[in-house]
Amino acid sequence: MLNTFKSFLIMAFFLGLITGCSTNQPVDQVDTGIETETETYEPEPVEETVEEPVIEEPVVEVDTIFYFEFDSALLTPEARAALLVHAEQLATAPRPIRLEGHADERGSREYNIALGERRANAVRDFLVFQGVNASYIETISYGEERPADASSNEEAWSVNRRVELK
Amino acid sequence: MRALLGFVFFVCALPTWAGLTIEINRGVDNPTPVAVVPFAGTLGLPENVSNIISADLRMSGLFRLIPQQDMLSMPTKREEVFYRDWRRLGISFLVIGELSRTATGGYSLHYELFDVPSQKVILAADLSGSADSLRDIAHRASDAIYEKITGIPGIFSTKIIYIEDLGRTAPDQYHLVHSDVDGERAKILMRSNEPILSPSWSPDGKSIAFVSFETSRPAIYTLELATGRKEQITNFKGLNSAPAWSPDGKQLAMVLSKDGNPEIYIMDLATRKLRRFTNKEFAIDTEPNWSSDGKSIIFTSNRGGAPQIYQKWLNSGRIERLTFDGNYNARPRVTRDGKGLIMVHREQGVFHIALQDIASGDLRILTRTHLDESPSIAPNGALLMYATRYNNKGVLAVVSMDAGVKFRLPSKLGDVREPAWSPYTK
Repeated sequence: MLNTFKSFLIMAFFLGLITGCSTNQPVDQVDTGIETETETYEPEPVEETVEEPVIEEPVVEVDTIFYFEFDSALLTPEARAALLVHAEQLATAPRPIRLEGHADERGSREYNIALGERRANAVRDFLVFQGVNASYIETISYGEERPADASSNEEAWSVNRRVELK
Repeated sequence: MRALLGFVFFVCALPTWAGLTIEINRGVDNPTPVAVVPFAGTLGLPENVSNIISADLRMSGLFRLIPQQDMLSMPTKREEVFYRDWRRLGISFLVIGELSRTATGGYSLHYELFDVPSQKVILAADLSGSADSLRDIAHRASDAIYEKITGIPGIFSTKIIYIEDLGRTAPDQYHLVHSDVDGERAKILMRSNEPILSPSWSPDGKSIAFVSFETSRPAIYTLELATGRKEQITNFKGLNSAPAWSPDGKQLAMVLSKDGNPEIYIMDLATRKLRRFTNKEFAIDTEPNWSSDGKSIIFTSNRGGAPQIYQKWLNSGRIERLTFDGNYNARPRVTRDGKGLIMVHREQGVFHIALQDIASGDLRILTRTHLDESPSIAPNGALLMYATRYNNKGVLAVVSMDAGVKFRLPSKLGDVREPAWSPYTK
């Protein structure tokens, strides 16, 4: 219960950021268009509207690495929240992306390659469901061949079970 | 034998690489005492043949080699052997030999094996080879001596291929390495900045198949060892994984996800025609391994929720689940007699190599090391090699099928893994 509430808050936070982005940007564009027009009519109130967009839009840092449980390709609430932001960005500004699936070193290598692909596919399917064009997405699995942390302990394993969006 | 010497033309042309070393950590409880007397005619030779034979026999874990300084005499000919000298030391088997040059510039070895308690010559043989074949001659003698004593063919002339990972900072992180089974004469077959994995032998021992990411995507390749001819076999979207040769060498089983899901496919190597072998949506089917009669494929599938091992027959399409013990069983290899299954088995969160009797389902854990994976069975069926971690390094290790003999093969340099034991080359 608490968990779902927490993820709701995270989602709400990210959604807030998205709406922040999407409203700010058009204002920027409209602004420059209007400026020349308004200047000719009433010079005084223009000053007020010009002041507002001076604040530089902050670059939103959204996670590009999504983590998984052992032998699982289910997206965590955190991954879903971050992917919603990516989906929004990719839907408005499509670019080719590469999803690299990875596994921790436990178990057998070939099974882990397949597992890494499942994870990458889970991320891809989520993005496509959110409206991202599938033809822009490439998935690849490295299995356990490219660990983020080469040590053999729970901590390393938890950061190695991942999909990286590039 | 001719094939063995001839086959590695390309391999021989490659520069030698720092290979593996042997660390024996467990032999049988009462190893048989054996004496290998330094051979005659070895002065100035590049390799010490009798020492190589001693090392081979020691590596088997079945024998205790008595040191040279304890020997009461040093016979090199049959008439120089006095059984009482060896009985007094409690020796069961004695090996003597003599090397000579051949007219063509090569070497020939005459060696004899004595059963000391019964005072009999039980093996007397001659071996010969070219000027660079001293190690081959020694290993062949070891094979014959081992077989005469144990009744099991030796594996000292066999080869292994494995992957060496030098770490992210190395210019070519991944190496595909070929070496003698004792780690000597290591040669790099291929090096790459992108992962190389799943090396496997063709049944005639002349070619290998593997997966390489060299194009930034996985693809299956074959490499002919004699010529170095490399060929790309697949380049499908998605997984191109786990190539496994059929016993007749004509087909290659593999895992592809080109149709959306990891499935096992069988390719006819002559026509390159593919046929889909498994069909289970939402499940991972991988790690195919042919049964020795070539009539079925054993593979890993998580169709039941967790990875378990299944067998599917080519003709009837019948599928049977083989493993029920534990909730993680993967990477199956069928034993040479077809009665057993070697696999990666998880027990209390730790991954070991286990042997299961297929008929009874009885499971026995063979290894007690950590993160054990990639088991590969020796062509004599008595040993298996696998990858594990030791001292924070990836090492290769060998265990006998009865778990009585164990030794490690660490690399002097990087992490080593995915050993594949060659078949016998005739």
